[in-house]
Amino acid sequence: MSKQKILEIRWHGRGGQGAKTAALLFADAALTSGKFVQAFPEYGPERMGAPVASFNRIADQPIMQHCGVTDPKIVVVLDPSLIGKVNVTQGMPDDGIIIVNTAESPKDVRSNLKLKGSKVFTVDASGISKAAIGRDIPNTPMLGALLKASGLLDYKQTVEETRKKLQKKFASKPEVVEGNIKAIERAYEEVKGE
Amino acid sequence: MAVVAKTGNEAMAEAMRQINPDVVAAYPITPATEIVMIFAQFVADGLVDTNYIPVESEHSAMSACVGAATTGARVMTGTSSQGLALMYEILPIASGLRLPIIMCDVNRAISAPINIHCDHSDTMAARDFGWIQIFSENAQEAYDNLLQAVRIAEDPRVLLPTMVTTDGFIISHGMERMEMLEDAQVKEYVGEKKPAYSILDLENPKTIGALDFTDYYFEHKMPLVQAMKDSKQVILEVGRDFGNKFGREYGFFEKYKMDDAELVMVALGSTCGTAKVAIDELREQGIKAGLLKIRVFRPFAAEEIAKELAGKKAVAVMDRSDSYNTQGGPVFTEVRSALYGTSNAPKMINYIYGLGGRDINVPQLKSVFTDLSKIDKMPEINYLGVRE
Repeated sequence: MSKQKILEIRWHGRGGQGAKTAALLFADAALTSGKFVQAFPEYGPERMGAPVASFNRIADQPIMQHCGVTDPKIVVVLDPSLIGKVNVTQGMPDDGIIIVNTAESPKDVRSNLKLKGSKVFTVDASGISKAAIGRDIPNTPMLGALLKASGLLDYKQTVEETRKKLQKKFASKPEVVEGNIKAIERAYEEVKGE
Repeated sequence: MAVVAKTGNEAMAEAMRQINPDVVAAYPITPATEIVMIFAQFVADGLVDTNYIPVESEHSAMSACVGAATTGARVMTGTSSQGLALMYEILPIASGLRLPIIMCDVNRAISAPINIHCDHSDTMAARDFGWIQIFSENAQEAYDNLLQAVRIAEDPRVLLPTMVTTDGFIISHGMERMEMLEDAQVKEYVGEKKPAYSILDLENPKTIGALDFTDYYFEHKMPLVQAMKDSKQVILEVGRDFGNKFGREYGFFEKYKMDDAELVMVALGSTCGTAKVAIDELREQGIKAGLLKIRVFRPFAAEEIAKELAGKKAVAVMDRSDSYNTQGGPVFTEVRSALYGTSNAPKMINYIYGLGGRDINVPQLKSVFTDLSKIDKMPEINYLGVRE
């Protein structure tokens, strides 16, 4: 099995922003579409606010490798303040896709990152999260942006699966579920790329 | 059957729920905490009938397991690293008393320095305590192995405690696709435990753990020797039966592209999956590479492994722990010993890698095969992926 057939994603965030949960939700959604999946976080001395990363592998056939992801096709940045402090584009190929949670335009982010190739997408996931959920938890809106930017999974089906998943997790807080779903939908609509 | 995405820890906890043991005694330790944490939730939610004993240490956990098992109960626990080390005093008591306790061990490095990540030092240090040891490549195998462990351990020909391991974080916290059996299928598969005796049977009193000096100690160790020998047949029977029932067959080891392989890697655990990718890439270049994945480390299938390796050009044995003995890691010394005096034994070198969770990737594993093609120039013991 050659490597090209496996899509690799790296999520950058800060402890508490839900980078791990986002990877798990995305893998679950991909599983429902019949894909083979992996989702795993990078475990360091994790604490609130510290830079963290998590990873996905998605494929149409069984995924055998259990090594780290070093050259992801897609990078998702949950916190724009990481740019310049963490090398978020490390290992990303020239035809890669980077999606950043920021109110800035893709053009500005491209120049900040000094990126020549690659596609750059931005969405104000924090703003959306505050409006829809009442807190700055950007992971679910970024999931919506990823669905749009990657075009990998069926959008409607994924939203429904995520709703089911969240309903299980937040059985006692139905308002959290609807807020998150709204955030995914808004980010899917509002994400811009170049 | 359901296709699900689970971490290794979730897979083991779900297997435990479906096995529905009589007693679980455990103490939390990273990265195995989730197994017993999730299971404790199952107990609290009334999904199992288990008597859950939260204890104050792993030493107490294994002691409670031993006590519970003497009543004839089906007993399980889970631990890792220093936690397993704290159990070491009690592990040979479990095997010496022939108590088929089932343990999930999440492989993690041993201190010092303090480290929470994967290597096999914890399990390897427990290899001579009379426990059956089964390694898992991924979450699916962790689940399947745990179910089979019940059948193996409790077989009247065996009656040995059995540990099933996963690689810490890599498998324990990595979520991946796997298939889960229905609850009723597992219930039927593991069946009711039929204990040989119960200490609570007051009509037939027993003495357990008696003093045994120069007069009989030796004789009383011999049944353990025999049980470990006999367990080999049972492990094969259970693995074949599992394949017939559920479609995934297991043996002492898995052969990956071994038939025409000239250069062979021997490894355990999650590294084997990555090695398969490396082998596929090498095969595209016409290099005849293969993998022998050891699943059962205790008992050690020496004759069978020697047979598979006979006639190969060169073999690399991968150890995710060191014995600090100046002659190679525990897997290497076993494999080499298995081949001593056999005809057609291949040349063999050892790689110690991945200590404390150091990543092992496809290019590194491919480099091992490159080394094998010039094995005469290689040192016998190599440290892979360490900075100088």
